[in-house]
Amino acid sequence: MKVLKLIFKNALRHKLRTLLTIFGISIAVIAFGLLRTVVTIWDSSVDATMANRLITRQAVSFIFPLPYSYKEKIEKVPGVNKVTFATWFQGVYKDKNNFFARMAVDPETMFDVYPEYIISPEELAAFKKERNACVIGADIAQQHKLKLGDQMVLEGDIYPGRWEFIVRGIYKGKNKNTDKTQMLFHWDYVNERMKVETPVRANDVGWYVVQIADPNKSALISNQIDALFKNSTAETKTETEKAFAQGFVAASGAIITAMNVMSFVIIGIIMLVLANTMIMAARERTREYAVFKTLGFSAKHLVGLILGESMVISFLGGGIGLFLTFPIVAGFEQAMPKGFFPFFYIEPITVVLASVATVLVGLISAIFPIHKALNTKIVDGFRFVG
Amino acid sequence: MSAIIQVKNVSKSYWRNSLEIPVLNNLSLEVQEGEFLGLMGPSGSGKTTLLNLIAGIDRPSDGELTVAGTDIAKLSESALAKWRSSHIGFVFQFYNLIPVLTAYENVELPLLLTSFSKAERKQRVETALTIVGLGDRMSHYPKQLSGGQEQRVAIARAIVTDPVILVADEPTGDLDKKSAQEILILMDRLNKEFKKTIVMVTHDPHAAEKASRQLHLEKGDLVGV
Repeated sequence: MKVLKLIFKNALRHKLRTLLTIFGISIAVIAFGLLRTVVTIWDSSVDATMANRLITRQAVSFIFPLPYSYKEKIEKVPGVNKVTFATWFQGVYKDKNNFFARMAVDPETMFDVYPEYIISPEELAAFKKERNACVIGADIAQQHKLKLGDQMVLEGDIYPGRWEFIVRGIYKGKNKNTDKTQMLFHWDYVNERMKVETPVRANDVGWYVVQIADPNKSALISNQIDALFKNSTAETKTETEKAFAQGFVAASGAIITAMNVMSFVIIGIIMLVLANTMIMAARERTREYAVFKTLGFSAKHLVGLILGESMVISFLGGGIGLFLTFPIVAGFEQAMPKGFFPFFYIEPITVVLASVATVLVGLISAIFPIHKALNTKIVDGFRFVG
Repeated sequence: MSAIIQVKNVSKSYWRNSLEIPVLNNLSLEVQEGEFLGLMGPSGSGKTTLLNLIAGIDRPSDGELTVAGTDIAKLSESALAKWRSSHIGFVFQFYNLIPVLTAYENVELPLLLTSFSKAERKQRVETALTIVGLGDRMSHYPKQLSGGQEQRVAIARAIVTDPVILVADEPTGDLDKKSAQEILILMDRLNKEFKKTIVMVTHDPHAAEKASRQLHLEKGDLVGV
């Protein structure tokens, strides 16, 4: 007869109560994993930024365009390596639920400034050569079963009309958090049509992406760029790509903070549930603990029995919860509009946090029962009537 | 015979809120090795308290308490626990078996604190259960046994470490007449055949007759032999 066997037997003494507690811990860990995944994915757009990239946008608001003519001036600022630009195109691909970024970009410079978008030289050359070519992220290609040479038709909304593109490249991500859900095509293609259909919108770009040589000089270069366009009709605001991304995330900050807090509140609640289970179990066994002490079992033995039982329940619940979190998060991603999240996966830190939470729940839940068991005198334990 | 239990001027009081409740008053007695002592008295007379003190599961408020050559009042909690495991066997009125363990596992419990190998533990457990007549009930859980059988498992657990002293608190108090008789015969056998010193608390004059000596307690004082 081993102590571990006794721990398991104790844990399963009230099967329904233990199973409900394990079930509760599993649900809590799943909820924790799901919420943390959303929070970390939200924040990962900031993590995916590069220190050597600046974003120059319209000072009033991101939604107002900047003149194409700014490109040449920005390129001349000392410390600037390369400048590219992009315009948010939006449009509808097949269905409004197909949500992914569609942007008109500068094909000559885009992939130089974004080296984390991996594309073969042949595909890049083909993309640059053809006016209505597009490059799509690998996730979009997989999701919509697109391959090189396929046609993609967008129904324009910001830029009305039917827009036809040919897939000439599929880029992969250098890092796990690289956004592989974008569709990139020639800014010229859009601009030429604007010149004909809506001349007032011609020669505008959404924002500039500035690659700099020394990230430590980002503040200086940002000031120099903005100074170039001071008192113009389109003043600029230049900031690091990270600050730019944080601005987007901050807009949803309250919701994310609430989700973050909720994820830990859930752990707190389940800690109380397990603690309650353990307190009830310890109370019911007051006489048994007195027997153990009488037989010569020491404090460390009782700590082992109670803590072991608490940890067994917590580990079973946490393990099942963690195991189920992966398919449930995958199911959640499927249930969301396509491309709503550029990438959606459980970060290792989420698994670590859930595991640590499971251990802590087991540990903390055992504290009160252990304290009570150790501080109840043997004679009082025998007098106890549960 | 020499005294294996020496109680000298022992007093014990309990505190309820700020009120001191005296239970034993300056009590002295000696129990010889191999003796079967019956402690009798009405409820609240202090007989269970005296038994608990002798067994080292409670401490005196005052006085000296030497059991099996050790002044147990001076031992630390952990030293006292270790001492109990090797010197004292306990038999309780309500058996106090662990319900999730089989008879075998319940009897094996005290041996888990020893350095015996698994084979040695097995031999000792089987011997103890055979002595109490339950060699064929080893894999039974307490709820599958009668009250008398549960008490016999408890006695097997008490003797499995081969302690020098057995303390029994109303060992027949929860049993029918027939089972009680069987338990008393068993205890008598443990005393006579296995030379165990036994201190037994009982209300039952018939049970007390099995003891080689009877002491009566009333309101914390020994009143007669």
